[in-house]
Amino acid sequence: MEAKKVIGLIVAGVFIGVVNGFFGGGGGMICVPALLLLGLSNKQAQATAILIMLPISIASAIVYYTNGFIEWDKVLFTGIGSVIGGIVGAFLLKKLSNNVLKYVFAVVVMAAGIRMLF
Amino acid sequence: MVWWWLALAGLFGGLCGGMGMGGGTLLIPILTMFLGIDQHLAQGLNLLVFIPTGIIAVIIHMKNKLIDYKVFFIIILPAIATAVCAALFVGKIKSETLSLCFGIFLILIGLFEMYNAIKTSINNKKKKPVIKNKVYFKNMYKTNVTLKFYSKK
Repeated sequence: MEAKKVIGLIVAGVFIGVVNGFFGGGGGMICVPALLLLGLSNKQAQATAILIMLPISIASAIVYYTNGFIEWDKVLFTGIGSVIGGIVGAFLLKKLSNNVLKYVFAVVVMAAGIRMLF
Repeated sequence: MVWWWLALAGLFGGLCGGMGMGGGTLLIPILTMFLGIDQHLAQGLNLLVFIPTGIIAVIIHMKNKLIDYKVFFIIILPAIATAVCAALFVGKIKSETLSLCFGIFLILIGLFEMYNAIKTSINNKKKKPVIKNKVYFKNMYKTNVTLKFYSKK
């Protein structure tokens, strides 16, 4: 691997870690475009990003736990919903590869962001 | 708080995550805005909730040989180190301040995704006018049929 690419990956890693540790999520939103920029294919970037996010999330979750920011009963119910949603979403993705979804997501996320500011 | 609201929030977040759009990016504001959960707790919840879904997804991707392990091994050490430092730092920040920072982060993500969506739309429009291909495929099919017909003879 070229030195430039290695440096790029290290910088991306630093940035992804900061975001995911600080916000408890959202690292994948940075990881995928970063990996695409560094030459991975679309599917490879998404798959590798999930593997990268796993140990980061586990490490951050341990710190959050020691700080008292984990409530297990809430984790259980939200987790069950999330696993089911994840499986359904992955199946839906095959049928709905529409760009319209991206627009909807962008607008919803921006609206939520503005709402959180006020 | 009623448990099904949490399950529903998780379902929605998981659905978005499964479709390749940041599940946590949506789950955290749903938890804080609609269910009134504290920002720190919502973030901790999202981190843990991602783990089982992530493991399932990784197993599937491993089987499909879609993971670039070289990239993973280079990126993972600096990422874990900074994630732990950032997570330690978060504990010292007020919930309101964290919420404000998260709002700004969401707006930036939204703008970036909007830019990507517009770019994809423009690229799709550029690709569309190649309708002539249909005729080409029809002819190709015909040629195939004719070839088979002759080869049988």
